[in-house]
Amino acid sequence: MTNSWTDIKNTDLVIVMGGNAAEAHPCGFKWVTEAKAHRAARLIVVDPRFTRTASVADYYAPIRQGTDIAFLSGVMKYCIDNDKVQWEYMKAFTNASYLVKDGFGFKDGLFTGYDPEKRDYDKSTWDYVIGDDGFVVTDPTLQHPRCVWNLLKEHLAPYTPEMVERICGTPKDKFLKVAEMISECSSPTKTMTSMYALGWTQHSKGSQNIRTMAMLQLILGNIGVRGGGMNALRGHSNIQGLTDLGLMSHLLTGYLAMATEKDVDFATYMSTRQFKPLVPGQTSYWQNYRKFMVSFQKAMWGDNARADNDWAFNYLPKLDVPAYDVLRMFELMYDGKINGYLCQGFNPLLAFPNRNKVTKSLSNLKWLVTMDPLDTETARFWENRGDFNPVDTASIQTEVIQLPTTCFAEEEGSLTNSGRWLQWHWPGGTPPGEAKHDTYIIAQIFLRIRELYRKEGGTFPDPILNLSWDYADANEPTAEELAREINGRALTDLMDPADPTKVLVPAGKQVVNFSQLRDDGSTMCGCWIYSGCFNEQGNNMARRDNNDPDDTGAYLGWSFAWPLNRRTLYNRASADLEGKPWDPSRKLLEWDGTKWTGYDVPDIAPAAKPGEVGPFIMNQEGTARLFARGLMRDGPFPAHMEPFESPVANVFNPKIRGNPVARVFETDLEQLGLSDEFPYAGTSYRLTEHFHYWTKHNHVNSALQPEFFVEISEELAAEKAIANGSWVRVWSKRGSVKAKALVTKRIRPLICDGKPVHVVGIPLHWGFTGSARKGFGPNSLAPFVGDANIETPEYKAFLVNIEPSTAPQEAIA
Amino acid sequence: MTLDLSRRSFLKLAGAGVAATSLGAMGFGEAEAAVAAHVRPFKLTMTTETRNTCPYCSVACGVIIYSEGDLRKGETADIVHIEGDVDHPTNRGTLCPKGAALKNFVKSPTRLQYPMLRKPGSGTFERISWEDALDRIARLMKDDRDANLVTANAAGVPVNRWTTVGMLAASATTNETAWATFKFAKGLGIVGFDNQARV
Amino acid sequence: MMDSPRTAVSNPPVQPMESNLTERDLVRRSATAELPPPERQLTPVAKLIDVSKCIGCKACQAACIEWNDTYPPIGENVGSYVNPPDLSENMFTLMLFTEWINPETDNLEWLIRKDGCMHCADPGCLKACPAPGAIVQYSNGIVDFIHENCIGCGYCVKGCPFDIPRISKTDHRAYKCTLCSDRVAVGQGPACAKACPTQAIVFGTKDDMKKHADERIADLKSRGFQNAGLYDPPGVGGTHVMYVLHHNDKPHIYADLPDNPQISPVVQVWKGASKYVGLATMGMVAAGAILHGIFARPNRVQHEDEENAERLVEEATDHREKT
Repeated sequence: MTNSWTDIKNTDLVIVMGGNAAEAHPCGFKWVTEAKAHRAARLIVVDPRFTRTASVADYYAPIRQGTDIAFLSGVMKYCIDNDKVQWEYMKAFTNASYLVKDGFGFKDGLFTGYDPEKRDYDKSTWDYVIGDDGFVVTDPTLQHPRCVWNLLKEHLAPYTPEMVERICGTPKDKFLKVAEMISECSSPTKTMTSMYALGWTQHSKGSQNIRTMAMLQLILGNIGVRGGGMNALRGHSNIQGLTDLGLMSHLLTGYLAMATEKDVDFATYMSTRQFKPLVPGQTSYWQNYRKFMVSFQKAMWGDNARADNDWAFNYLPKLDVPAYDVLRMFELMYDGKINGYLCQGFNPLLAFPNRNKVTKSLSNLKWLVTMDPLDTETARFWENRGDFNPVDTASIQTEVIQLPTTCFAEEEGSLTNSGRWLQWHWPGGTPPGEAKHDTYIIAQIFLRIRELYRKEGGTFPDPILNLSWDYADANEPTAEELAREINGRALTDLMDPADPTKVLVPAGKQVVNFSQLRDDGSTMCGCWIYSGCFNEQGNNMARRDNNDPDDTGAYLGWSFAWPLNRRTLYNRASADLEGKPWDPSRKLLEWDGTKWTGYDVPDIAPAAKPGEVGPFIMNQEGTARLFARGLMRDGPFPAHMEPFESPVANVFNPKIRGNPVARVFETDLEQLGLSDEFPYAGTSYRLTEHFHYWTKHNHVNSALQPEFFVEISEELAAEKAIANGSWVRVWSKRGSVKAKALVTKRIRPLICDGKPVHVVGIPLHWGFTGSARKGFGPNSLAPFVGDANIETPEYKAFLVNIEPSTAPQEAIA
Repeated sequence: MTLDLSRRSFLKLAGAGVAATSLGAMGFGEAEAAVAAHVRPFKLTMTTETRNTCPYCSVACGVIIYSEGDLRKGETADIVHIEGDVDHPTNRGTLCPKGAALKNFVKSPTRLQYPMLRKPGSGTFERISWEDALDRIARLMKDDRDANLVTANAAGVPVNRWTTVGMLAASATTNETAWATFKFAKGLGIVGFDNQARV
Repeated sequence: MMDSPRTAVSNPPVQPMESNLTERDLVRRSATAELPPPERQLTPVAKLIDVSKCIGCKACQAACIEWNDTYPPIGENVGSYVNPPDLSENMFTLMLFTEWINPETDNLEWLIRKDGCMHCADPGCLKACPAPGAIVQYSNGIVDFIHENCIGCGYCVKGCPFDIPRISKTDHRAYKCTLCSDRVAVGQGPACAKACPTQAIVFGTKDDMKKHADERIADLKSRGFQNAGLYDPPGVGGTHVMYVLHHNDKPHIYADLPDNPQISPVVQVWKGASKYVGLATMGMVAAGAILHGIFARPNRVQHEDEENAERLVEEATDHREKT
């Protein structure tokens, strides 16, 4: 989230699209109801299903899953055509006036440079015109035909209300009503907030879905302001934290990048990460990259990371592919190229698409280790449970070790919520049986491996033998010790750059925040963006001052928000070019003549004069990008693309299947279905009574929504002679499930490109362990293809068929 | 039908149809009648409170764990109830249907208690000691890393890349656990390393 | 900007506390004629359920189960979001879901109503109850079942215009929402109201809840719900659980919420009850208390209802004889 949960109360309009906040985040949704009650805010829901969020919406519009880019492009076009743009904001704070290289263009659904063989673009034309001075060439009048604004208008031209209706199935009048409501938020004193989640990410163009809304928010002037923003509602309690900390194949901590084979040494790695400002006088914060990276290497390898060994750069693995993401890993596993796998608190047998493939992949492992508080299906993937897990147990040669871990109630530490708040929690219960903390287990495996290397030697033992593991009890590091490492400390006395005789931070003391980090090896810091979380003031994540001066919703004294306890990202953009708030009644920051003051920690140097430094300091431009240059694989502007399995062809180019640059493995391509055999548009989602696959172990949640079902319209039920509450079989090219049918008015057929499209809704929760009735997950049906930029599987739009059926059997031979 | 009648129940049945005041007249004390009319005793009395956050979604609602026994005093703590924390700015004491039922997650009958081993081809899990389990995992990992770590690419650039073993990290663990896990996995050279963010 | 009223303003106490709801606060006691007048008048309380803010998440159900330590069985899906399928001794409150096409707009409205005891000011259950002290009413308006005194006759079910109490098949006693009398007794709101994520359920004094309802109704009218209103039905003397309905002109669209609930004249039932020795003595006394009800309202008790009630009484009596 750019903003926070409590900030949502400041909004005038909430759009829930690509998510279902009332069901998936009920207590966060509270702030929507507060905005409705006290600001007369309105709520719009755009969703293929009339969800429980829709049940409290002021306006609901249906949409076919996988067509959000077309819908939002239509809204952007409507706003521009009707002069509903926050002009001053858009001109100053986006790259609208930047000129784009000749040669860049868009035709037949594709951008310049497409190579169908490589399924990739040559992105060389997707860039700005750079002047002789090294800065970008602009036309602040927005007259130049090659400026971003005019190219954007041209790009949006096809998305008329009629085209939106044709692609999305949203009736034109409903689309126009939504567009009109949204467009009102172009006023500097009206803001809209976008609340989205997996409904946008789980598509082969998920990143572009989100980007489209971000662009709309920018032209409306809604980023960086109270009650505005792009608010990704993260799914798990610490998915934000694990991503911030770089527990991803392509990341290090704090969004530093994993090295690739091109980065032959540290200097080469750093050379592509200089991020020189593209406009004069701009702050480009990533120019501090080296300080963060060296401090990170020191946190990893301590004294063994030195200037003379390139800061132990070669200890880090280097990638030969963009990422060993989970789809790639299971593809490799399917091919027998993975020997062992550790699953910590993860249930891939139900979480990854194409369950048949996942089962075969896991069966190819020599060994599997699971660490979980609960008895997951993954740990028992080898167990024959009749229809619910029809495997040949004896033929599965995988050794499985299942380790019991503690859960939240039995452990201490911090979790990072969607609003980037790091909140500390304390243990309240004794773990059951022999369950152990994850840190204990990790430490034990590490220490044992290190000991084996010490005794036996082995392949390149250096990064293991030298890994910094300096804890009071190496067998089980405490949460406090680890948190202090994440924050970082001075390794030698840090002298004040302004006064070299003055010690700023004595050796061994915690740095106050990342502004004190150095690139000469005198500081260490596990994760620079978290620096400040546990400094000499103490554990700032444990702060519990819930005062909120002037009821802004900022709560600066509660916990710690990254970065620097900042609650709203890009908050400089809440003020105009003179530094005055766009909306005085919703002041966030203000320029007082010498510095920025206000309710939040400024997202800019406190003395950076308005008009001189742009608000988007993490970009070289200082502005937000309506045109993304080459940073997105599938285009600098979002373009409508159909799902890989779609009931209708791409209206711009029927030859384009799915996202033209998304990676598809060969065996998976064969397993994609067509609409003649699988005519219905399947989608998956979670119900408010449940949390993923966990709560099926909880009797209460199991009782509240006990049994696997699929939701279909009355029209499809009639067509297929399916009675409400009866058994049906739903199948795709990849698998088949049996479920109860729930026939509802909340799903209606949509007319897309002239033909009716029936939606089949498939909730997730059920499996074969736990308290709930046995059932299936939508992953039995979903395709093994991911987003072109970050490989999130296309769970929200795929094709299925449906027929009346009988109950599944759990016969065990 | 079986019905185990306590003295009070007997009283109730014997006295059914007579005004309550007559219970006393029948020789049973006032105390019985008073108990019968009283509300249920408040069940959190004398429990220990611990501040925590809900482990489910990313709203991160504040919760209070109520336990019998206090870990801070070195006691065994048995969780008897979990309820929203009114002081928390986001949820202000409220909880969703998952959060409101957290106790039943903590105390789920399918909470794991012991390390288990499934041998190749076997149809069952069998108990294994922690020592044996951890030694076994370390052995398996070390042997595979020694055999399969790609130390350099064709051009001779050191790459220290271990692709034959992968790891999924749990996005419900703490940041501190995550940092320890990160050091472990990246330190070993594991590149097939993700959390739920990609799903 | 003010926040909306909230049920909980402080966390529950863990130190021992004197219960603030005792026998001296009773204003009615089933089958009891000469109840001493209460020593004090507690401020009437109410739970306000704003249907328009309800997201149907069932947090109220989960919180109710956890607080009351009930254990509803895991049922099956019968093509409905209503789960468990009915109120029971293990489920005191239930979200009821109705898919309603508004004939004026042709738009779907998914009406979600939290069902449960309304804590009537004029409680039909209490008046129908033949077991002394099995149902009590406190001066703050809470109607509570005292299970120890319950004989499982089922008359409360018949007496309830909202069809709320359920007889346990296990212990043959009547169960329903207590309005968390144990929490209210120590200054806490009901578990459901505290949990409710959107505070669609709020709890406070009845006066405050009515004022809050007025604000909510004004907001709903501004959003085009011209018939929004407060459901506090006079036929049962008003209730201590009230609804804000967007369509208060037709409560029945919300899963058969009675448009004009009234106490059934239980006198017919009482005839049956009075056949039994021990129950007869208080029959006439209690009848006086519901005299108004008998004259004012038509008899809605069906013949089979009466037979069922009699059967229940017989079962209860059998117990007594066998034990």
